[in-house]
Amino acid sequence: MSRGRVIAVVPAYNEEGAIAGVVDAIRSFDPTMDVVVIDDGSRDATSSVAASRGAAVVTLPYNLGIGGAVQTGFKYALEQGYELAVRLDGDGQHDPRELSKLLAPVERDEADIATGSRFVSGSGDYRPPFARRIGITWFAKLVSLLIRQQVTDTTSGFQALNRKGIALFAGDYPSDYPEVEATVLVFKHRLRLVEVPVQMREREHGESSITFVRSVYYMLKVTLALCVAMVRKYTVPEEEATRP
Amino acid sequence: MTPVRISIAAAIASVLLILIVLELIRGRRLKERYALLWLVTGVVLLVLSAWRGGLNTIAAWLGVATYPPAILFAVTTLFVIVVLLHYSTVLSKLSDQNTLLAQRLALLEAEVSRSRGGTDGGAGDARSELEEPRTSGDSPAQR
Repeated sequence: MSRGRVIAVVPAYNEEGAIAGVVDAIRSFDPTMDVVVIDDGSRDATSSVAASRGAAVVTLPYNLGIGGAVQTGFKYALEQGYELAVRLDGDGQHDPRELSKLLAPVERDEADIATGSRFVSGSGDYRPPFARRIGITWFAKLVSLLIRQQVTDTTSGFQALNRKGIALFAGDYPSDYPEVEATVLVFKHRLRLVEVPVQMREREHGESSITFVRSVYYMLKVTLALCVAMVRKYTVPEEEATRP
Repeated sequence: MTPVRISIAAAIASVLLILIVLELIRGRRLKERYALLWLVTGVVLLVLSAWRGGLNTIAAWLGVATYPPAILFAVTTLFVIVVLLHYSTVLSKLSDQNTLLAQRLALLEAEVSRSRGGTDGGAGDARSELEEPRTSGDSPAQR
């Protein structure tokens, strides 16, 4: 069987319970789409479950965090010569049936990267809890201001990318909570970004005081990272960009 | 004025620092790149402790003429901060390189296990036995 032209990149950390369903759902959405699961140093059977469902598996020797895992997937896509990539999370919050909406603008070459947004009008009924909503609004406003383009869902990891987008993220991808910063990266490299309304199955999050402190810490950290990203010097590593 | 004993003690300490750094370089336990800052620290401290008039003059400029050895502490602190900052940059670089290596290793392992037909898992690590042969109909193209 020949290699497809689209690959689904699925980062997964200790997701042995969910990963089979995710891989199966992608394959039933489009049997020609290849799937690579990036096992981010899981201690459970994520790798073997994914492999048994017919996904290619890249097993990281230890946990790199979401950014490092996602980047590994894009490196794989770049090096294996895929034309398009989609990214879905291994926990099953992204529904593969929404992929055609994401792929459409990239395939029509209207965008290099399409991000699934829960908040573009017409994208269903996701109502985040109050604390999260503040964070989401803050980053949407801040990022929209920085990149001079309206974005509504900066933390979404549900994306479709063309070869340019794959090459960018394979060469340079932020490490912790990478999606917000990656948006600025896309802007800085003058790639075209669109948001597409999608439905997501949101995982429940508890609202303890620890979560609140954490989310404040997270907001400060990512805000700082955003400011740094705006003034950083950009050198896309040639070594990564030109590897066959 | 700087007490003579402080000058002597500081000079001895500086010489010791320089000698230890040189010995570490000689034994290849310290790379020259990282030793340079320490050597500069040692030399500057040595100069300031031996050249008492200079220390007093600088102290007068900075308004601590009543206790010139404070300049020695200040300079030492400054250099320690610079060395630590340098270490942070080295650490950041190492951590980036470490990530790059882990990714490269994982990608190569996947490549190896695929070119062996997926029959014997990864490159012999503890996880190999978890990696089962791929099921039919999805095997990536031969390269």
